[in-house]
Amino acid sequence: MSTQNLVVDQAAPAGPPPPRPPKRGRSTPYLLVILACAILILALGYPLVWQFVTSMQKFGLSQQFGQPPEFVWFDNYVTLFTDPYMWTVVARSLAFCLVTAGVTMAIGTLMALLMDAVPGAVRISLQISLLLAWAMPVVAAMTVWNWLIDWRRGVLNTVLTGMGLDFQNHNWLAEPLSFFFIALVIVVWMSVPFVAFSIYAGLTQVSTEVLEAAQLDGAGLAQRLRFIIVPIIRPVLAIILLLQVIWDLRVFTQIRLLQDAGSIASETNLLGTYIYQLGVGSSDFAMASAVSVFVLVLTVALSWFYVRSMLKEDDS
Amino acid sequence: MTATVQAAGTVRPASTVRRRIRPVRIILGLLGIVVALVWAFPVYWMLNSALLPNVVLQSSTPTWLPFGGSFDNFAAVFAGGTFLPALGMSTAIAGITVVFCLFFAFLGALAISRFRFRGRTGFVLAVLLIQMLPAEGLFIAQYKLMGSLNLLNSIVGVSVIYIAAVVPFTIWMLRGFVAGVPADLEEAAMIDGLSRTQAFLRITFPLLAPGLVASGVYAFLQAWNEFTVALVLLQDNSSQTLPLWLRGFIQASASRATDWGQVMAASTLVAIPVIIFFLIVQGRMTSGLVSGAVKG
Repeated sequence: MSTQNLVVDQAAPAGPPPPRPPKRGRSTPYLLVILACAILILALGYPLVWQFVTSMQKFGLSQQFGQPPEFVWFDNYVTLFTDPYMWTVVARSLAFCLVTAGVTMAIGTLMALLMDAVPGAVRISLQISLLLAWAMPVVAAMTVWNWLIDWRRGVLNTVLTGMGLDFQNHNWLAEPLSFFFIALVIVVWMSVPFVAFSIYAGLTQVSTEVLEAAQLDGAGLAQRLRFIIVPIIRPVLAIILLLQVIWDLRVFTQIRLLQDAGSIASETNLLGTYIYQLGVGSSDFAMASAVSVFVLVLTVALSWFYVRSMLKEDDS
Repeated sequence: MTATVQAAGTVRPASTVRRRIRPVRIILGLLGIVVALVWAFPVYWMLNSALLPNVVLQSSTPTWLPFGGSFDNFAAVFAGGTFLPALGMSTAIAGITVVFCLFFAFLGALAISRFRFRGRTGFVLAVLLIQMLPAEGLFIAQYKLMGSLNLLNSIVGVSVIYIAAVVPFTIWMLRGFVAGVPADLEEAAMIDGLSRTQAFLRITFPLLAPGLVASGVYAFLQAWNEFTVALVLLQDNSSQTLPLWLRGFIQASASRATDWGQVMAASTLVAIPVIIFFLIVQGRMTSGLVSGAVKG
């Protein structure tokens, strides 16, 4: 059961599509894609090339006053990769990304199983809650969370203090570790709905007859999960995990807005905010481009497997 | 299998067996309710705080019970005078993005689902890979590009980037819908005397409407919520989208010890259109997102 079929099942009212040979002039498909191609080349292709070229140039003070930049080839990359701060940011980003993606997957999976197991009314209230969290615009959600964790009058500190713990006036964003803990909670809160709904959609594909037959044959819950449910939803799990990793690697808005709310940026930078700081903050376009190219290569490498599997599906 | 069920001594249909109330089910049900409440709490808290007067919010104990019934915070946000321009800006950018994106993507989807042509695989590959490009890896170059085209702080500049960012996913999403309409239907209409274009417009196009609506709403949500590109390209205070405006509003408010009531009212105003649109098309989007693989 591929995910693509999920879409077609729900979206398409009519029967299976027979592959069509071209009917008319050979230029028709090219005319159809020309507009999409044009805008992609302008807004993404050109910047991509610019980014590669710039990452091999030197942007100093004189370039900010209009001097043409000189080519230094891989000097920026050498500088970057020998800079311990860069590696700190990379390690921090990877750690944050893997932990966040892992926690999101775990909670999302449990949530999907819970949705599958509870009575209808409870399931609907769960789904509405998840939809609300999912639909919140990132900036609005960040604002609410900043209010919840506000060090003077936030609900979180009040509740913890009420439970007998000393969290009076505790500033969660002051320490990098608790800063990232809060960031993790927020990102997980916002990402779990997508994971839970997708896995739930996968679970509904598992036939109840097969599960009941296995149960009557004496298979326990763990065995049913391992031998029936997981193999069936494995493609869904794989794609979602990959997406979570990619999205969490490039997390920007949440970190940026938490930094706004009061923390030392150099101690809480991830790759996205680091590029922003280099490029927009100190106008060092060359270094910012070099970090960007690094992030792009990392992302494409991660997504290659996914794209390959999508292509196979498309051909079949 | 039927034999097994009967041998096990039950004559009820299988579904009834599963639905039998057991203690485990009750515990799971309660757990589900608790999880639902916890997950929705931030949204509830936003609405609650938006409707409470500031005097109440500034007390040291939070007010849990809902809805103070005061719209003062909303009135204050409107009175600030910056909300409506930002709303106009966001609406214009989202509108342009939706219209152009749907048009470009529709033609692209048609090409890859109805034609086999040289370069098709390359196009599909590009469409898939581009979705993975992080905005954070490109915004410096996009900033320089828009600067050289004199399009910084302009609706057109941001819209161009948004259209390009959303088109690949919309092509992928629409492709499923186009493939779901059998070309035989068009051929039948052509035998009945319609031209190819007429057949397409009268037969296929109406069947694609749900797909166009779902992808249109998706494009709208992306443009409405986007923060990073807007932050970089719109640095002038007089041209801000709603997410930027909200951030500025918080920063302005923070200088006078954060007026949380107004900030929450402002957040509510930004969130409500999204929540409404989202609830309308969520079912289609879930499946579309899994296959197309882009999140807001």
